[in-house]
Amino acid sequence: MSLARNIIQGDIRAIARAMTWIENEHEAKEQLIDEIFPDCGRATVWGITGPPGAGKSTLTDQLITRERRQGRKVGIIAVDPSSPFSGGAILGDRLRMQQHATDDGVFIRSMASRGHLGGVAGSTGDAVKVLDAAGFDTIIVETIGVGQTEIEVMGMADIVLLVLVPGLGDEIQALKAGVMEIGDLFVINKADRDDAGKIKAEVEYVLGLKYAENMAAKNPVLMVSALTGQGIDDLHHSLYSYLNLIRSSGTLEQRRRDRLAGELRTIAAAKIEALVHYHLDFEDRLDSWVEMLYSRKESPYGLMNGRIESLIKELTDK
Amino acid sequence: MSEKKKLEKALQEWEDRVLKKTLDHFPERRETFTTGSGMEIERLALPDGGDADRYTEKLGFPGTYPFTRGVQPTMYRGRFWTMRQYAGFGTAEESNQRYKYLLGQGQTGLSVAFDLPTQIGYDSDDPHSVGEVGKVGVAIDTLRDMEILFDGIPLDKVSTSMTINAPASVLLAFYIAVGEKQGVSRDQLRGTIQNDILKEYIARGTYIFPPKPSLRLITNIFAYCAKEVPQWNTISISGYHIREAGSSAAQEVAFTLADGIAYVKAALAAGQDVDTFAGRLSFFFNAHNDLLEEVAKFRAARRIWARVMKEQFGAKQQKSMMLRFHTQTGGSTLTAQQPDNNIVRVAIQTLAAVLGGTQSLHTNSRDEALGLPTEEAVRIALRTQQIVAHESGVANTIDPLAGSYFVESLTDRIEQQVNEYLAKIEEMGGMVQAIEKGYVQKEIQDSAYRYQREIESAEQVVVGVNKFQIQEEAPKDILKVDPALRELQSKKLAAVRAERDQSAVDAALAALRAAAKDTGINLMPHILEAAKRYASLGEICNVLRDEFGEYRESIIL
Amino acid sequence: MAKKIRILIGKPGLDGHDRGAKYIARALKDAGYEVVYTGIRQSPEAIARTAVQEDVDFVGLSLLSGAHNELFPEVIRQLKQEKADDIIVFGGGVIPDDDIPGLTAAGIEAVFTPGTPIKDVIAFIEANRERVESK
Repeated sequence: MSLARNIIQGDIRAIARAMTWIENEHEAKEQLIDEIFPDCGRATVWGITGPPGAGKSTLTDQLITRERRQGRKVGIIAVDPSSPFSGGAILGDRLRMQQHATDDGVFIRSMASRGHLGGVAGSTGDAVKVLDAAGFDTIIVETIGVGQTEIEVMGMADIVLLVLVPGLGDEIQALKAGVMEIGDLFVINKADRDDAGKIKAEVEYVLGLKYAENMAAKNPVLMVSALTGQGIDDLHHSLYSYLNLIRSSGTLEQRRRDRLAGELRTIAAAKIEALVHYHLDFEDRLDSWVEMLYSRKESPYGLMNGRIESLIKELTDK
Repeated sequence: MSEKKKLEKALQEWEDRVLKKTLDHFPERRETFTTGSGMEIERLALPDGGDADRYTEKLGFPGTYPFTRGVQPTMYRGRFWTMRQYAGFGTAEESNQRYKYLLGQGQTGLSVAFDLPTQIGYDSDDPHSVGEVGKVGVAIDTLRDMEILFDGIPLDKVSTSMTINAPASVLLAFYIAVGEKQGVSRDQLRGTIQNDILKEYIARGTYIFPPKPSLRLITNIFAYCAKEVPQWNTISISGYHIREAGSSAAQEVAFTLADGIAYVKAALAAGQDVDTFAGRLSFFFNAHNDLLEEVAKFRAARRIWARVMKEQFGAKQQKSMMLRFHTQTGGSTLTAQQPDNNIVRVAIQTLAAVLGGTQSLHTNSRDEALGLPTEEAVRIALRTQQIVAHESGVANTIDPLAGSYFVESLTDRIEQQVNEYLAKIEEMGGMVQAIEKGYVQKEIQDSAYRYQREIESAEQVVVGVNKFQIQEEAPKDILKVDPALRELQSKKLAAVRAERDQSAVDAALAALRAAAKDTGINLMPHILEAAKRYASLGEICNVLRDEFGEYRESIIL
Repeated sequence: MAKKIRILIGKPGLDGHDRGAKYIARALKDAGYEVVYTGIRQSPEAIARTAVQEDVDFVGLSLLSGAHNELFPEVIRQLKQEKADDIIVFGGGVIPDDDIPGLTAAGIEAVFTPGTPIKDVIAFIEANRERVESK
């Protein structure tokens, strides 16, 4: 039986193996994704992000419990950074979700960010498809930090929770860095701390600026304690209200179309790059080109434009 | 007045005001003490001149603030430290025999090791207990096991230390109940429960409940014992495991004292007066191979704690400011390679503890890196203490390393590092927050990682491990626990359940549940009632699990 | 692209001494592997299921309480039940030499006792690289 068929039947080993194929850019990966693609599009994808130490995994753990209570199957993809020095990684996010390790309705996969060709977003997007095709109702993608990579990863989600926490010192910066744009729901964790209210006020102030014209679309700001579970039921409820809101307004559908467009752009860019690399014999010729530039016999744009023109000619002649 | 005169005057005052009282009640071991060659030894060597005020402020006299030189006026000239070997394995019957053997060999106190299910509040027949029953200590399910454990050991004659934390209240209740059956009243019971949950979150892992209800249980015990079991040490605030997890010496002291500060704050918040409970707080440290650093560590710890209690918490009684501590030699320093070398390591560590002024000591057995200690290995470990006590002469004068330029400067530097940590933790909102944030765990792990890397690169030499290795035969005679023990223990438990008055158990557990819901109620009497009715440890803990929830590890590397 | 080796480091049973497990996890990360760390007090079932979901190539078990003879083979049994007995299992901790043959027979492919340098663990992993890459 094919891997794709096993995935669609919900076989855990097959799902896990597919994720490995995606991570390792396995040669049969593309065919696999194409085979499962018709079975995708049923799951709701949540993105959870925020600065390190904000309590994202503990929050995810709490939300898994709520989803399970309502009978939904949940798949989780937890992305952790790879070490830039060794390329290794410690994937420890799932430690906080281990109470669900033996639950058949929960699948947790840790992924290291690695140095992917298509970016982390590409492999995360494919991993989401695998879980979607396997019949998970809710897929949660969790990433550390709030940089450019994370913003891309969050593009995979139908709805994004931005988790903030008092006392980290970098929350203001996070707000400035444009991360506010990607959040749908704002979760202030460790709400039992004295200074939690201050963060809430700051978030609301920045959101006020954002929605000066359209207050109706206001994003919920929720106070929770992921450790004790306080406020989680409210958060879960708000999340579904918000989902209903964006579903009925057509925003969700638009997001999903945008996502497909984005994926195609990424695939096209990667394919074209690989194609050109291959036909130009890029890596092998690089040294000699550098020599030409170094001795000033060629200029960089002139050289590359010339090569690409002759490649196009060669290909059209064929 | 010359500085020398000033010092002499201060000494005279101490002798009149403090020492005399002690000598009247507790005479020293001998009339006179001499060196091995017959020279007379003075009780307390003092600086020959120098800055007298500075001396009094930083070192003072033994038994007086800030206790740098020790907590008792005569220290080991009065009485040796308590030689207390941590022991327990298998069934209550087997452990009982080991205790009787140790008492017969001249040990002066008992120290009970419980197995992991007991430490985490699971009965032997619980599915969580598979593989672990009786392994690292004795399995205790009900009062019946505890009766067997202390059979023939009169509780008014021994002091008993119990390494038990999350369910400390339950094991203390069992102990009180055994006392009652022996006809020993509560005020005659002497001993210690570890009862230190914060370091379980940091380093040892036998937690059950989240911090808040855990701190409630701890302060409930403080209040109960202050009234009912006045000679009991209600907590042993432990740096031992923090050090075993790989911390530095200064971190060991810093995080232990920070835990201590958290407990004091919790008790004060529960409305207790500092001087009613602080005198029953005790500590537990590790002794490693770096002899002089370890001695400096113990001396610094005493001075810092005294200042914290006096200045930060306004303690009035001397007892509240004294840091009394138990020491265990460092398990992680022992090697599986050439295990006899461990005897030498333990001897150095014993010296460190004694020169540092410990109140009691456990010496590790040479075979602990291989498995459970055998009787012979335990005896050698105990003999090591006895040799240091009776033959080395270091116990004949007080704080003999005081005034060493090196030791005093190291004491100061450790004190400074510790104070920096304490300030930082205070800034974070206290120790519970610092632990929840993972700050403490991260600091320890970084130290541990650095140290292990140094061993890997042989920058740090460990004899027999990364240098001076030999080809070795596999060690023989390793003590093992019968794997069928869980079954046996489960049968015993089933028998107790069959013969006890079930309705009385149900009523006691229901009362405990009701009490748990009201934070204003002290749980100790309810736990004691359930214990006396032969409710099992697991049954009692499960009621509390329902009410309090469970703590889960949340810190990644 | 060379396959990235993934290793699960887990602590079965009730033992909370995680200094060794954490050291191994961190050292393996520094050696370039992806390490999934489960934390302490895990049931053999939870470890096996985690190993399957994470599609790891190796499972490293650490235990200092003496329960290895019961718990290590139980992890192997659970992996078999999940049809994942191709995952290579190794163990470490306070394990008497006498116990090693029994553990080997149960399917534990290597046992690292106290004092083992990390390079020995890495050598073991690398010696099995071809086997995991050919899966």
